[in-house]
Amino acid sequence: MTQDHATAGGGRFPPTRFSVIEAAQSPDRAERQRALETLCAAYWKPVYKYIRLRWNRPAPDAQDLTQGFFAELLERELLNRFDPTKSRLRTYLRLCADSFVMNQDKAARRQKRGGNVQHLALDFTAAEEELGAATLDPASIASPESLEDFFEKEWVRSLFALAVEDLRKLCLANERERTFHLFESYDLQDDDEASYERLASEFGIAITDVTNALAWARREFRKIALERLREICASEDEFQREAKAAFGWEASR
Amino acid sequence: MKFLSDKALTRLRDGAELPDLAGTRYRLLGQIARGGMGVVYAAQDETLQRRVALKVLEVPGDQSELADRLIREARVLALLEHPGIVPVHDVGTLADGRVFYTMKFVEGQRLDQYIASVASIPDRLRIFLRICEAVAFAHARAVLHRDLKPSNVMVGPFGEVLVMDWGLAKILACAGESPPDDAAATVWQTKPTLTPGDRPTEISAITGHGTIMGTPGYMSPEQTRGDIAALDIRSDIFSLGAVLRFLLTRTPANSQADTARMDRSLEAICAKAAAPDPAQRYQIVQELALDVSRYLDGLAVAAHRESLLEKSLRFYRRYRFFILLILAYLVMRMLLLIFLQR
Repeated sequence: MTQDHATAGGGRFPPTRFSVIEAAQSPDRAERQRALETLCAAYWKPVYKYIRLRWNRPAPDAQDLTQGFFAELLERELLNRFDPTKSRLRTYLRLCADSFVMNQDKAARRQKRGGNVQHLALDFTAAEEELGAATLDPASIASPESLEDFFEKEWVRSLFALAVEDLRKLCLANERERTFHLFESYDLQDDDEASYERLASEFGIAITDVTNALAWARREFRKIALERLREICASEDEFQREAKAAFGWEASR
Repeated sequence: MKFLSDKALTRLRDGAELPDLAGTRYRLLGQIARGGMGVVYAAQDETLQRRVALKVLEVPGDQSELADRLIREARVLALLEHPGIVPVHDVGTLADGRVFYTMKFVEGQRLDQYIASVASIPDRLRIFLRICEAVAFAHARAVLHRDLKPSNVMVGPFGEVLVMDWGLAKILACAGESPPDDAAATVWQTKPTLTPGDRPTEISAITGHGTIMGTPGYMSPEQTRGDIAALDIRSDIFSLGAVLRFLLTRTPANSQADTARMDRSLEAICAKAAAPDPAQRYQIVQELALDVSRYLDGLAVAAHRESLLEKSLRFYRRYRFFILLILAYLVMRMLLLIFLQR
């Protein structure tokens, strides 16, 4: 399994298949596996980082636990027990991860680690680097509320990172590399000095071209991110709520 | 895969939020307000060269309940062509899949802010009568507003009064017709529209009967209970009573109002309009408006049975000029007689 996927809308599921939750309950094992891949792509980093911080586990332990958690999701068909009317999938998975970590006896886990647990190809090195890069004060995430906020933020980061990757592939496929570079140079940079004028001068194009390119990229990014999100939601209602959470539309301004 | 910093996340969110107006005749100018159903932007209509207000859902999809509600709101506004109701211009779906509608761009102030500058009670009552006219018109078209409150009324620069935000409106069934589907009655909605200084007053919740939608203090008891079947025009009349009390006391409906100095007739009008039992309220908006007009004209109001003293005082207030003139004449005449007898 890989953490990256095809381009947006690139056949992860047919349009009629609304949710990965439904796919995870399919009698067809291949379809269930594919559903887990989609879910895993969006959630493995938040889960890993959460286990590292919430349970204060060293990296190798957290890696095993993350692998074990997603294997258990499939093996024990935990997604079948998810009720979208009671909670969000994000909250359910976080609570499942808590319960999984709590229930794991270290010795048994080691035994299991050497056993028939299916290992996912997850880039833990990158996750560790991100964890180090995050301006995070562990003392500030001591309360359950802040842990939830942390998990949500990492979930959004993971979702957006996947969408950006999809956008990059889309730009490549449509010979719009320059558009992606503009998007990368403006929207993905920490640099406050970035301006349309500077980009226009750097790329040797008119400011209106920069404006149009960025408008297109943002529109596609939004579309891709929402498609990704729709896949990992169990219902339209949950999708609406999660979209508001992911894009920060819940907060009044 | 690229790591996204917190700043990049914020930029991505900000960039993704703006509505995609490609292919429309509108150009985005800026955000005006944010509500439970969506965001309102100022936009320039490039064809007609005028500014409009563009209300758009945050999440794409024209099949969702929120999309249904937004389209319903636009249709309700289209049904209500009245100078006191903001006119709708256009409705559709943007390139990014979000449902939108455009309406008249209203410059002015919300009534709850505007009222601070209106000192005279008669002036405040005249504003209230304009609100009544718009609501009565909507009722004549079988439309309930269901969220009447001062912040949903705008006062324009030329004194025009406009009733806004028909997002919770309900179309009533006419005699012999079956009631239209009321999606709004089963939608959970939160409306976190807050600006600095506002109070978090708007709520929604699902009850055993239906959905509570509206604002505490301005919602009728039947609306608070979520008893949708019991809602009729008297529910809006309750809200109008609460709005009237706010206009007179300048105190929000859900806080303790100082009614000690309020005229007893006005107090009785407010009490009758906002009576807990719908049968005890004014039965139509025109009755409420008539009572307020009678008060303005110095006449007795239907909501209050006056004592002899109150009648006399009202008579005095109404004909004060003539009474004082006659008194002055009599005093002058008496003084003249005394002077001549000397």
